[in-house]
Amino acid sequence: MRETKGPFAIRVRDLVVGFGPHVVIDHLALDVRRGEIIGLVGASGGGKSVLMRTIIGLIPQRSGEIEVMGSAIGPEHDRTARGAAGRWGILFQQGALFSSLTARQNVQFPLRENLVLSDALMDEIATAKLEMVGLKAEDGDKFPSELSGGMTKRVALARALALDPAIVFLDEPTSGLDPIAAGDFDALIETLHRTLGLTVFMVTHDLASLNTVCDRVAALADGKIVAIGPMRELLQFEHPWVRAYFHGKRSQMLQHKAS
Amino acid sequence: MSSEFVVTTTPDLTAELAGDALDLRPRGSWVAANAATLEGLCNNVVPQLDRSDAIKMNMAEVHELDTLGAWLLEKISRRVTAAGHRADVLGIAENYAGLIEEVRQVNRRTAVAIPARNPLLAKVSDIGRSTIGASEDLSAFLQMLGSLCLAIVGVLRRPKSLRLTSLTYQLYRVGWQAIPIVVLITFLIGAIIAQQGIFHFRKFGADSYVVDMVGILVLRELGVLIVAIMVAGRSGSAYTAELGSMKMREEIDALSTMGLDPVEVLMLPRIVALICALPILSFIGSMAALYGGCLVAWFYGGMGPAIFIARLHDAISVTHFEVGIIKAPFMALVIGIIACSEGLRVKGSAESLGQHTTTSVVKSIFLVIVLDGFFAVFFASIGM
Repeated sequence: MRETKGPFAIRVRDLVVGFGPHVVIDHLALDVRRGEIIGLVGASGGGKSVLMRTIIGLIPQRSGEIEVMGSAIGPEHDRTARGAAGRWGILFQQGALFSSLTARQNVQFPLRENLVLSDALMDEIATAKLEMVGLKAEDGDKFPSELSGGMTKRVALARALALDPAIVFLDEPTSGLDPIAAGDFDALIETLHRTLGLTVFMVTHDLASLNTVCDRVAALADGKIVAIGPMRELLQFEHPWVRAYFHGKRSQMLQHKAS
Repeated sequence: MSSEFVVTTTPDLTAELAGDALDLRPRGSWVAANAATLEGLCNNVVPQLDRSDAIKMNMAEVHELDTLGAWLLEKISRRVTAAGHRADVLGIAENYAGLIEEVRQVNRRTAVAIPARNPLLAKVSDIGRSTIGASEDLSAFLQMLGSLCLAIVGVLRRPKSLRLTSLTYQLYRVGWQAIPIVVLITFLIGAIIAQQGIFHFRKFGADSYVVDMVGILVLRELGVLIVAIMVAGRSGSAYTAELGSMKMREEIDALSTMGLDPVEVLMLPRIVALICALPILSFIGSMAALYGGCLVAWFYGGMGPAIFIARLHDAISVTHFEVGIIKAPFMALVIGIIACSEGLRVKGSAESLGQHTTTSVVKSIFLVIVLDGFFAVFFASIGM
């Protein structure tokens, strides 16, 4: 987890992923620098989540190389290996909280499985994490079915951060949140990024998050990264899909309001 | 941890008395990977902390820090300040300043301790709760029966609203697909009864009466009971799990908002399919059991099939068959209603789904046996 070298948190080379005859990711290359927040955009069903799930080893690649924090991910990589948990934290789109555990137990789960700690310290750490993501200590005793959408995402983020991973993957973190909650969540990610020095890989459609928190934005179209760079550079980009994405009616409206 | 070339080093914590202040020097990697060591280090300095009037924590030699390490160090300074002494923290590296500031804000409010309940009182209240729960069970059963009747009336009024596709599909699942396993189990049961009968009846030369025993037992009681228990385990549990996960994913709420009655759309086809399938399965099961008994009588008891069938003809009447088969639809109704109402009571968690599926199977098997007892009394009193 920490013995890694080099300036890149994630390096993807020549990646091909497909299901049956359908090729979703087609010879894709992507570099994510250490300590940056990168946003991945792409059409719905265009393979964003597939790319993320391939990088974290949930979907096997057909060919190509993936390196996360200096160690290779591939068919021979055992994702259940100890230590994998500490390397990254993942916020799934629906939270994927364990429904039979309370919020606090959900956050404690990676700690309990990976570290030798006293129960009292584990409680304190879990409460600390919950408070860091903006929840109250009492919320820790609630079950996932009793949490609102925004709280679920916060608990899931706290769980993703439980072992202080160097990199977190966020799958549509602000989808389904109201603009205020989404803004708070963006601010939270930025704060955590600053304080914990996280590398953040974010799949999102939220133009506001792309604008405010992302250092760089990568656009995925036709199975390739067609454009990558800071938001203002992407706005100048000529690729037809990228233009349609950032200069469509909805995006224009947002940018007018913003300016 | 954000800097590029960090190497994990063994953490250490030294405490020396310098003047009137205790000089604390954490060193190395204060990260989660070293959690057990770190907790030990912190516990070791506690006695010294409690003796000293002030501490000075110098963090210049901390190479790596994460939330866990920061919290442990913060706990030390909180312990000292809580005792009314002075705690100075120096030498915080710039990249960790934010983290330490963040950790200072957390765990500020002491958790409210939940008062322990009196164990005797808790027991009494548990008994009370489960009594109320039992009456709720009964009312849930009656409610489901009522809404099922309403749905049937609705369907009778508008026969087109019967979900024929769904009904056929459910019949296929709970009827057709269940045949192999039902045949196998009842065949074995019939064979075992015949073998036991022959073995024990032979002692007093009554082996031919084994045919009477197998025939009456299978047709009146065992055929339908075994099949009902298997269907409760096989299809009842599937119904509960299906409806329960639909409830969890708000699919049932979605149906009601579209103006559709979940009872009519989901439960009626399922329960009607069970009511149609169970008598047929019982019949097939009874036949398989008789077949098994016949084979054992032939190969183990030396009684040829012709004699078996002739004796069977004398021993049983249509009444025995009727007594068995009349019970089947009622058992199907009980299984279906329990399965569906348990499915609708599933709450948000995976654990609750499992719990209600178990409850559904246990309850329906229990009620099927109780119902069988009532039927036995009833048929005896009307002389069937």
